[in-house]
Order: sequence, then C-alpha cells, then structure tokens
Amino acid sequence: MRLETPTRLLENMLIDDRQRGVFRVNRRAFIDDRLFALEGRAIFERCWLYAAHESELAASGAFVSRIVGGKPLLINRDRNGGLHAFFNTCPHRGATVCREDRGRARNFTCPYHGWVFSDEGKTIHRPIDTSYSPACMEDSTQHLTPVPRFDSFAGFLFVNFAQGPESLETYLAGAGEYLKNIQAQDRESMIVLGSPQTYSARANWKLLQENSADGYHASSTHSTYFDYIRNREGAVRDNFSRTGFGCVRNLGNGHAVSESLDGTPWGRPLARWIDSWGTEIRADVDAAYAEMVQRVGAERAKTICHGDRNLLIFPNLVINDIMGLVIRTYYPTSPSYFEVNAFALAPKHEGPRLRDLRHRNFLEFLGPAGFATPDDQEMLESCQRAYATQTWVQWNDLSRGMLTEDGPNPAKQDELQMRTFWRRWHELMRRAGETEAV
Amino acid sequence: MNATAAEITRSEVEDFLFLEAALLDEWKLEAWAALFTADGEYLIPPLDDPDADPLNSLFLVYDDRHRLNERARRLLNKAAHAEFPHSRTVHLVSNVRIVERSADELQVRSSFIVTRAKGPLNDTYPGRSTYRLLVTSDGLRIRSKRAALELSQLRPQGKVSIIL
Repeated sequence: MRLETPTRLLENMLIDDRQRGVFRVNRRAFIDDRLFALEGRAIFERCWLYAAHESELAASGAFVSRIVGGKPLLINRDRNGGLHAFFNTCPHRGATVCREDRGRARNFTCPYHGWVFSDEGKTIHRPIDTSYSPACMEDSTQHLTPVPRFDSFAGFLFVNFAQGPESLETYLAGAGEYLKNIQAQDRESMIVLGSPQTYSARANWKLLQENSADGYHASSTHSTYFDYIRNREGAVRDNFSRTGFGCVRNLGNGHAVSESLDGTPWGRPLARWIDSWGTEIRADVDAAYAEMVQRVGAERAKTICHGDRNLLIFPNLVINDIMGLVIRTYYPTSPSYFEVNAFALAPKHEGPRLRDLRHRNFLEFLGPAGFATPDDQEMLESCQRAYATQTWVQWNDLSRGMLTEDGPNPAKQDELQMRTFWRRWHELMRRAGETEAV
Repeated sequence: MNATAAEITRSEVEDFLFLEAALLDEWKLEAWAALFTADGEYLIPPLDDPDADPLNSLFLVYDDRHRLNERARRLLNKAAHAEFPHSRTVHLVSNVRIVERSADELQVRSSFIVTRAKGPLNDTYPGRSTYRLLVTSDGLRIRSKRAALELSQLRPQGKVSIIL
C-alpha cells in the first residue's frame, strides 16, 4: 500500500480562480477520514478555540467542565480570583476528575483513587501516600495539567493546545473589534443565561460554519420563518432576495462577518423595537438605546443596536447578534457528525421585561426547536448524505460575488465569508501537510 | 352542568392526554393548538434544569398562545424542511397523576416517550410533562404544557422539530 502524504491528499481540493471568478471546494473535504484526522492536528490543535465566557466563572470557586475542541477541560476560578483551564484528567491513571457540568468547588477529588486537587490544580492529597517515593511525589507532572495557552478577550475565554507566538489578540485580528462591541452591550458585563443548548447534527462541521453567515439561503431555507414574521408584522421587507443589503468583511485569519444596519425584519431587544412587541415595551427599548448612546456615543450605539451581525471566528465559533445573541461553538467527532454548544448571552443589567422579550425573540428563530435552526440542520444533513456521490459529483460551488469581492461592499448574499474560511482552512491544512505524512 | 375540577377523574384526564397524543401522531396540529386556552403556553425547559424559570434560563421552547399556533401552522407547510416529508411519530403517555386541584384547574404530571422516524433516522425523546388543565364547558383545555426532556444532551437527536 502506498502511503499518501497530506500534501497529495490536499491536491485538487480547492479551485480559487480570481480571474475567472470561480471558487470550488472538493466534496472530499467533508467525507475523507484522513483529512478529518489532519484537521484535528492542523486546525483544532493549533488555533485559539472558544472555551467559556467569563460570566460563567464570575463567582469565587466557580467551575465549568466541558469538551473543547474534542478535549475534556476543567475551567475554574480559584479562591484568589485567578482563572485556570486544565485538562480534565487525573495525572494518576486518567479518570475524569470533574464530572459535573458546572458548579462551585474549593477542591476537586478524583473519584477513582481519591486524589484531591486544589483550585490551582495542585495535588494536595493522595490516600496512603507513604508508599510513594519522593521522586514520584515531587514530579511536576503529578498535578492537573493546564492547557498550554489560556487567555481572555472582551470577556470571551479561549484556549490553545499548542505553544506558539501568536497571541489571542493577534489571532482574533479584525474580529476583536466585534467582540468589544458585544462586551459594550452592558455597562458592566455580558452574562450567559443558564446552561447551553447541547445539540448535534449528522453532517460535517464545516457545513455549519458555511451556513451560519449565509445570507443567500435565508429566503428559501427559512421561508416559513419569514411567513411567521409576515403574519405577525403584516408586511416584511424582503431584503434577503435582493442584492445590496448589508455586506461582508474579511476580518483576517479566516474570520469574517456578515452585517447590515436596519436591514432585517425582526426586532432586537437591544434596541430595535417592532410593532408586534406593543407600545408598552417600547419605553424599555428606547431607554436601553438611550443608555447606549449616552455611554458609547451615537454612532457606535447605532451600529450596535440597529445592526445585525453574523460573526465567524475561525475555526468553530459563531456569534450571531441578530434577533437573539448566541455564542455557538462546535466540534466534530467524525467527518459526518458534530456536536454544538449554543449559549444565550445578554446584558447583565437588562430589566425583566426586556429579558423575557429577549428569550422569546431568541427562540423564534434560533436553537434546535426554533423556527429556523432545525431546517438548517436538515439542509446540512441532506448535503452530507448526498456526498456519497462525491466520486461522480466532486465540487461545491462558492463563487457568488467573487469578481467583486475586493470591492467596497461584498454583498451579504454572496459567498466571500465562506471563501475566507476555506482559504484559511486550506492554508493551515497545507502547512501541516508539508511537515508530516499520514 | 359542567364538571368541576374536584369531579374530574384520572381516566378523564388520560382520555384527554391520549387525544392530544393522537392529534400529534396524526399531524392534526391545528386541532392540537386548539386544545390550548387563549392564554395557553407550551414550554420545553433546558435539559439540565426541568424546573427552570424562563426569565433566567435558555429554554428550547417558550411559546405563548400565538407562537404555539404558529408552530403548528408552520410545521404543516412543506417548506418546514426538517419535517418534510412529515416524520412518523408515536407519542406514548403514561404514569398520569393528578397532583393538585383548584376550583377550575388541575395540575397533572405524566411521563412520555416520543419516537420519531424520518428517512434513515429513528430518534427517541423521553421525558416528563407537567400540565395545567382548565376545566371548561367544552371539556379540558391546556393552560400550560411543560415537556421536560429526560436527556442529558440533545444528541444524537440534534433537534426537536416535532411537537412533544
């Protein structure tokens, strides 16, 4: 059997012809086990990955344990206020140390042999430790292992499984400004509301990244959502089916945003009132807007409150600031299955009436039982099933708007956001492929 | 003369819940929505907190009467892609108990298993429901249905595109 190098595996993977305006992705990218394994090393073990929001760890001793980039992590705030991210595995024999999703703890006890770890990850008790040699006891690997890099930006906590020179801020590039605008939605801090929606789809993870800022699919995949809005509001500006509404920006390092101002038919709790909310709540919405203007200035307040944004942070973070504000992150366990954690984010000082409205607004579209997300999942899964024909039907087309993508306003209904992702994906995969064989 | 809440038997409640299940299995979704009172609501709380307050926690479903009616109508549209062609479901209802009675209202708890078959997939949704049922001259009506899934994650089902 001939060993195929990753470089060979990546041949004929992408057509990126700017002159002719043709961009194609080989469907092998969604189904090949070897590419999937390479993605683990080239992407998920090299990029900064979103892990948690600071509000989840606000209290002294607060912890969350969750899978991030396929690896079980324990993230906590120690009694002195320090934040930590550890691999959630006992240094002794490997058992999962923390088996609750969230809570507060001063120590963590491994259930297997009873080793106890401090909130700074130090092993502070081993039952019957007289049988251990001094060399064994003093070994620095005998504590919880911190993830190689862990950093915070605008309240968003990220990990990186590789040591490297690129700081989180540098990595985020143009996306940082957008995260700051989310943080600015409250005078003190944003908060995650309750626990995440934990769901999945039987499709390749990259299909969700493509889908999450795809303006082109809205009017067909989500026609029933727009029918619902139309029934409720009487009429709807059908912006999704014309061009020139909103635009896409390449934010660098594979990140992109699709954004518009006052271009969408739904309301925004912060702060864009719509008729069907009724006049009673209008004063709350207006007051929230006035507070923003006073705090961040008229121009920025308008961008934040009247704009909608679908922000894609490479490789697996989506922050949709639309009718709801969702942090969505996902990780594949095979080429044809991924798991999603979706968190609702809200301004900490939002009043109860607006908060209630925010929940209802979020769920009218978003989430695995919303009026839109299940139809997205259905589309992704139908694509994945049909890739069984890849030998005969090789290419996905992402050429929309390619000839004008360097112009001032690449359109929201075009596909620059996907091309930005794929170019970065291809670059990282090739870079890893040059240094190893599969 | 109308029955009062004190006179309703568990069998009558069961008949009503079985009727609801049959309407859902037969995709008579507008008739299902009509079982709710004018102020009726339909909720699916977060998987890890069945008693959560919708003000503080992200639910899966938080429908008022208008939204649940629209949910039913939307699912009957063939552009509701996740449910086209319609999945086949069995709504099993069991362990029915009347846990509280007031003058015109009953609080009822039950367990459910809903199976959903669509294309290559067969998914199962187990859980417990809490109903507030209003006793009216037209019979029982649902003032509130809170269907709490007994799943630790919505995986591999991935979505709740049907009504539980």
